[in-house]
Amino acid sequence: MGSIYAIVGIGFMIIYSVTRVVNFAQGEFLMLGGMLSTTFHLNGFPLGISILLSVVIATLLGMFFYQTIIYPIRGAPAFALILMTFGGSIMIRGIAMLCWGTDPRSLPYFFGANPIRISGAILNPQAVWVIVSTFLMAVGIFLFFRFTIHGKAFLASATNAFLATLMGIKTERMGLFSFALAACLGALAGAIMTPLTFPHVGIGIHLSVKGFTAALIGGLNRIEGVVAGGLALGVLESLGAGFVSSGYKDAIALVVLLVVLTFRHQGLLGGAEAGRV
Amino acid sequence: MTLRGIPETNRLRRGAITLFVILVSGLPLATKSTYYLTIGNFIGLYAIVALGLALLIGYAGQVSMAQAAFFGIGAYASAILTTKYGFNPWLALIIGLPLGASIAGIIGIPLLKLEGHVLAVATLALSIVIYTFFVQLRPITGGYDGIGGIPRLSIGGFVLSSDLHYYYLIWTFVLIIFLLSSNIVNSRVGRALRSIHPFFGGSEIAAQSLGVSPAKYKVQIFMVSAIYASLSGSLYAHWMTFINPEPFGIFISILMLIMVTIGGMGSLWGAIIGACVIILVGELFRELVPRLVQGAAGEIEIIAYGLILVLILLFMPRGLVSAPALFKGWAAKTMGRVRRVSP
Repeated sequence: MGSIYAIVGIGFMIIYSVTRVVNFAQGEFLMLGGMLSTTFHLNGFPLGISILLSVVIATLLGMFFYQTIIYPIRGAPAFALILMTFGGSIMIRGIAMLCWGTDPRSLPYFFGANPIRISGAILNPQAVWVIVSTFLMAVGIFLFFRFTIHGKAFLASATNAFLATLMGIKTERMGLFSFALAACLGALAGAIMTPLTFPHVGIGIHLSVKGFTAALIGGLNRIEGVVAGGLALGVLESLGAGFVSSGYKDAIALVVLLVVLTFRHQGLLGGAEAGRV
Repeated sequence: MTLRGIPETNRLRRGAITLFVILVSGLPLATKSTYYLTIGNFIGLYAIVALGLALLIGYAGQVSMAQAAFFGIGAYASAILTTKYGFNPWLALIIGLPLGASIAGIIGIPLLKLEGHVLAVATLALSIVIYTFFVQLRPITGGYDGIGGIPRLSIGGFVLSSDLHYYYLIWTFVLIIFLLSSNIVNSRVGRALRSIHPFFGGSEIAAQSLGVSPAKYKVQIFMVSAIYASLSGSLYAHWMTFINPEPFGIFISILMLIMVTIGGMGSLWGAIIGACVIILVGELFRELVPRLVQGAAGEIEIIAYGLILVLILLFMPRGLVSAPALFKGWAAKTMGRVRRVSP
């Protein structure tokens, strides 16, 4: 689960760094990824194609989300933007409930169900696949930001939007791009986690909160920090579920968030200039 | 606002409040149906919470996702103290208030020094934590089964037992809370908060340089909003005489935010109007939707709430209370007159 939180956290960070919007709809994109890919798969599409289609649809939806409801009120006070993402996320959830009902969905394991044994430890193959793909996504984004011209333009907009505009970067297009990228990553992660977690339409908001927790623990300014934050949160949750009670699983992680925010609000790993990619 | 304008707005305000009192107290005479009284009670309870939230959003520029949780704290404090420890209902109600306020304080003091978004995330987390406790602490809260047999409130030996009694009790509290809030708005604290809020042309940095401490006032308002919610929760518990965790979840918190946004952030009348609109829309949908669409239940309602929120933010960011001004502006424009409309 930790890797999933990390992906939500990265999506959250990407959007926040450029547009300053706290996107409460982030978890809904994961839910959509899971729901769309199961629907395509049930209708006879091969697994790979189903996931690809669901990611494309979610990405387009992310762009649509930005263009229709975020872009028109850009520059509004933070609370108005937060409320707007709430409105959007409720609508996505409502429409999803209308389409899919509230039952949990599932996909078959991607590469067979045989457990992997490494010197006595038994690993669930899908869990390994989740961790590996999260790692690949994180590395991919990291390389994209470091070594491509678009990635650098994106970083420039995040660091100083005004100066970036002076250098000929279209910062407003970067906002659109950030929503597309975050939705794309979210849907992909949502599809990958489906065989393990059996998502239903109501999971979005919980995932959003956990993702923010990961991002805030990580410090909001480094991808590796967010990944570490997500993994730490996942481990804490399992430990909490094991030692206290599984009913308190959600509460434990969030108490950690409150404690971190209270005592070290730039995040455990964050530097002085939190808020930058 | 010029000095000359103040007495006039005061007179207008007094008139509006009188009209409001007559309207609200006369409403039960028009109908004998308990269904409408129940709706009226719910509107009143939500209006109390929404008034606190309107202060928080409109004057401190902060979004709280934990109002339903504070509502729950009040309700559970009343329920547990009266049923398990035999407290007097009024005493239990009063004990709930500082409980909600101190939780708000513990969270608000460190967090409200930070940038705008943090409180929203933290209160969302808090809301989930508190809800989890309501469900999981079965020996104390009764889990999903809840707590029953909560005693009624009584005034000097007269036990408030019917929906009608509670209607008048709840709306008396709405009036008290409304007057209290409008005093806060027009007090030193209100002026200080206006000076930091972008809605009123304020600036946090300018205010700080004049010696206003934004964080302090934001925490105070956050605590006030928690007290309102807790009060409303206690009233709810004593009216219903039974509670379970259901009405204290995240979705209700979002609903409360929608009420304030629709009515008009920063407007006290807006909070009451918003509570009316949302409760009535909810009831309307519960009546209409099952007839129109086969098999659909809550989904359409949820989509409608989301749509309403988005449309209001897009086209009427100051809520329904700004509708007359907007309409005036539109009319002036279409009639070709050039006139500036003050928002």
